[in-house]
Amino acid sequence: MIETASLLMVMPELVLTAGGLVLLMVAAYAGDRTTPAVSWASVGVLIAAALSLNGLPTTGGSAFDGLYQADAFAGFAKVLIYLAAAVSIIVAPRFFAQGGALRAEYPILILFACIGMGMMVSSSDLLTLYVGLEMNSLAAYVLASFMRQDERSSEAGLKYFVLGALASGILLYGISLLYGFSGTTSFGGIAAALGDGVSNGELFGMVFVLSGLAFKISAVPFHMWTPDVYEGAPTPVTAFFASAPKVAALGLTIRVAIEAMGPAGMAWQQIVIFVALTSILLGAVAAIGQTNIKRLLAYSSINNIGFALVGLAAGTPAGVAATMSYLAIYIVMTLGSFLCVLQMRDKDGNPVETIASLSGLSQSRKGLAACFAIFMFSLAGIPPLFGFWAKFLVFDAAVAAGLTGLAVFGIAASVIGAFYYLKIIKTIYFDEPAAEYAPGGSKVEGVIMTACAAVVVLGYLLNPFLDSVSAAAAASLF
Amino acid sequence: MGGFPILSLMMAVPMAGAIACLFSGAQTARWIALAATLADLVLGIILWINFDQSGSGAQWQFTEYAPIFGRFAWALGIDGIALMLIALTVFLMPICIGASWVAIDKRVGEYMAAFLLMEVLMIGVFTAQDIYLFYVMFEAGLIPMYLIIGIWGGADRIYASYKFFLYTLLGSVLMLIAMMWMVHEAGTTSIPVLMETDFPAHAQTWLWLAFFASFAVKMPMWPVHTWLPDAHVQAPTAGSVILAGVLLKMGGYGFIRFSMPMFPEASAQFAPLVFGLSMVAVVYTSLVALVQNDMKKLIAYSSVAHMAIVTVGLFALNTHGIEGAMMVMLGHGLVSGALFLCVGVIYDRLHTREISRYGGLSINMPKYAVLFLLFTMASVGLPGTSNFVGEFLALMGVYKASSWVALVSTTGIILGAAYMLYLYRRVCYGDQVNADAAAMEDLSGREMWLLAPIAAAVLWMGVYPESFLAPMRADIQTLEARLARAVPPGDAQIKMGAPKPAGHDAHGAATHEPSTPESGGHEPAAHAAPGEAH
Repeated sequence: MIETASLLMVMPELVLTAGGLVLLMVAAYAGDRTTPAVSWASVGVLIAAALSLNGLPTTGGSAFDGLYQADAFAGFAKVLIYLAAAVSIIVAPRFFAQGGALRAEYPILILFACIGMGMMVSSSDLLTLYVGLEMNSLAAYVLASFMRQDERSSEAGLKYFVLGALASGILLYGISLLYGFSGTTSFGGIAAALGDGVSNGELFGMVFVLSGLAFKISAVPFHMWTPDVYEGAPTPVTAFFASAPKVAALGLTIRVAIEAMGPAGMAWQQIVIFVALTSILLGAVAAIGQTNIKRLLAYSSINNIGFALVGLAAGTPAGVAATMSYLAIYIVMTLGSFLCVLQMRDKDGNPVETIASLSGLSQSRKGLAACFAIFMFSLAGIPPLFGFWAKFLVFDAAVAAGLTGLAVFGIAASVIGAFYYLKIIKTIYFDEPAAEYAPGGSKVEGVIMTACAAVVVLGYLLNPFLDSVSAAAAASLF
Repeated sequence: MGGFPILSLMMAVPMAGAIACLFSGAQTARWIALAATLADLVLGIILWINFDQSGSGAQWQFTEYAPIFGRFAWALGIDGIALMLIALTVFLMPICIGASWVAIDKRVGEYMAAFLLMEVLMIGVFTAQDIYLFYVMFEAGLIPMYLIIGIWGGADRIYASYKFFLYTLLGSVLMLIAMMWMVHEAGTTSIPVLMETDFPAHAQTWLWLAFFASFAVKMPMWPVHTWLPDAHVQAPTAGSVILAGVLLKMGGYGFIRFSMPMFPEASAQFAPLVFGLSMVAVVYTSLVALVQNDMKKLIAYSSVAHMAIVTVGLFALNTHGIEGAMMVMLGHGLVSGALFLCVGVIYDRLHTREISRYGGLSINMPKYAVLFLLFTMASVGLPGTSNFVGEFLALMGVYKASSWVALVSTTGIILGAAYMLYLYRRVCYGDQVNADAAAMEDLSGREMWLLAPIAAAVLWMGVYPESFLAPMRADIQTLEARLARAVPPGDAQIKMGAPKPAGHDAHGAATHEPSTPESGGHEPAAHAAPGEAH
């Protein structure tokens, strides 16, 4: 018998499911002309789901016999996911308007992806983990190839699907090994099994599970799909990929690492440190030669995931809190950057993606140029912008945990990364003006972009709040 | 001043000005910037007047504390050392705005906003009492300077802006890790508390090196000085003024505020390293300056040489050395700023910085020649000008620590005279070989208003340095007391010779009489003599 308490705990997912299905029916019977209404209704559903988080017990809510966990950590991650999803829905219409390709399925697919992501960050069992992850991935494959007529979009979708399936295979293999050697799929049970020594089979299982998850967060050495998919997918979808699924997958990784593999800390810490450092380095070096802004932001996301993993590598509550704060700040910066990219269109309204086309933007579009510069400096981690604080928190956690060497290497590599962000600012501010862009986007986009920029500039005032919620989120895992 | 937050106000005024400049036209932006910087100058004067320099007052004055940032706080406060550097900043800023009045004609609003933001951050660096707040201010200065060099700079500005940014960033990030370690060790982010915390000696070594990486680049010390000539040459005149005048002083301020009081043992341990690098810098960069054809490059290299005098003075680790280093910093801030303005004056007329394109300017530009001569002499360290006081004190201080270092550093003064006088001869004396240079007009009223106040300050500092030394005296004594336990003995110890086998008893008795005037000066040596004998 299913208890009412369990149903209450999964309320956000229930709201999303019901909302998504109803809107799907509306779209199926009323056609594409309802797209604007369905989009705004989807945003409403997301808000409703976020509000339904409030009614939950903030800590220790375990539903369905330990399959699902509704705690502060999940709540924190879900708010970020819903926020990113809502922005991705809102910015879509103008982008797709040019090709006439926006269909009502777009917001609905994002809603379904959100259900999967909610399951991911709430999972406390390997099976919930897998189901959530696949639910998200299936929606994502479709979203990547959403512009059916566009070759690049189709290619992106196919690549994402093939490589995603491979990663799922690796993940499943790891899950089966863990299950085989520990006799359980629940995180708590695995932790107990690992607590009395780590057998070789368990070790292999851990490595495979972490590899599968590394693919989902696009960390080196499982990052290869990222630039191609980011470049090929429609820009609003890329903005979505760069934000919400990252939070979900990284949240999931943290949960698996701390709750399931906590007793084998030494074993996974090495893996996380390696992945973090290589991601930082590769994300920084490989981005230098890019000429396409979306590809560049793809490498930037690899780079950022590396920094976020530094917090996890510390393996302490402070480290997890730092990673969660990092994600929150990263979401704002990334969405802001993609909103800027969405404004890049030539005189005929066609999207432009080359970095060279940004030349001299500061002379034709002052506001947009200033926002772009703020996000780039922030991604580079230069104070007083908020991106610095994100990096500060993870490195501080690493230093507190005694990983000074990791912090030194990581922060030195961030200087390499700063170079390509500077290159964009140089293009915008120092170079002679290129062909002008079409006049500004919709009011809503402008408002969101300005809000993101304001958060990035004035974010320090949010520190006390961010500190307390991220600390509460981290505390619920330990 | 009671609890009035004057330091926050000094940052709020230019900040408001910067935002206003962004949204206004060219001419309005100029006036807004001038008004904001002059208002800050007035606030700076009020600050100085109200500063208790008796030495009996609190070390940290005008303190403010607001824990609004979670992990760190908006904590401000100044001592005498910070006060002097703030005074230098607010004094130079209106001059920078004036220097850009006609030279900058594109994107004026953004330019003025960048300068005002720069002022906010510089004051922030000198007033921060929270170690992370300091770091934020210290690093944030890169953004406006990057834009100033990159947008309004010369032909090769992009290379210079990258080099400036990445060089200084790489230096600073290591310092951040060291700060984190210190905060975890000491459990506080307050700079005054950290200044009294004793870190374990082996940790000090690493922490000192991390801070050194940042401050040595900022200073800049040889061999990490190469960003400076590039940045100076490419930056617009006012950018060079603020770079040489104030930004370089952040490095010296960092040594005084962090490296020396927080890691006394490591400072003593690494003093030979600093001496070695500084000695190379003094001789090498002076020689490089001697062969430059570009005026700005010459002055940039001379800055490196002067900053080397600052570092030897600081790491002499005694009162004279530190006072001298501070005076050199203040004097150099004024003089190098003025020299860059002098270059800017003729650059605005002929649009070249090549020395050979000028000559005989004293004939057609007499006022200019007089002021330029004054600043040249000040840069050389002529008595009666600001730099003499500082260089003399610094070298005196370092003589106590090591006479060899003093010897080599002093050659810097001689070489300095060589390259500065050579520059002056080529620009202002000799035949008027270039017709266009000979036709240049003398200083305009605006340019007089820029240079005359600096000239007055340079003379004031040279004739009555007490005004500038008095506020810092108590703080430098505190610093020396903090360093005392680690300072190694200098090599200039006076040794008592073995008593001669003289026959006169009366003389032998007299030498052991401490109260006699002749032997009074040798008293410490006389006490040390038995120790030597053991």
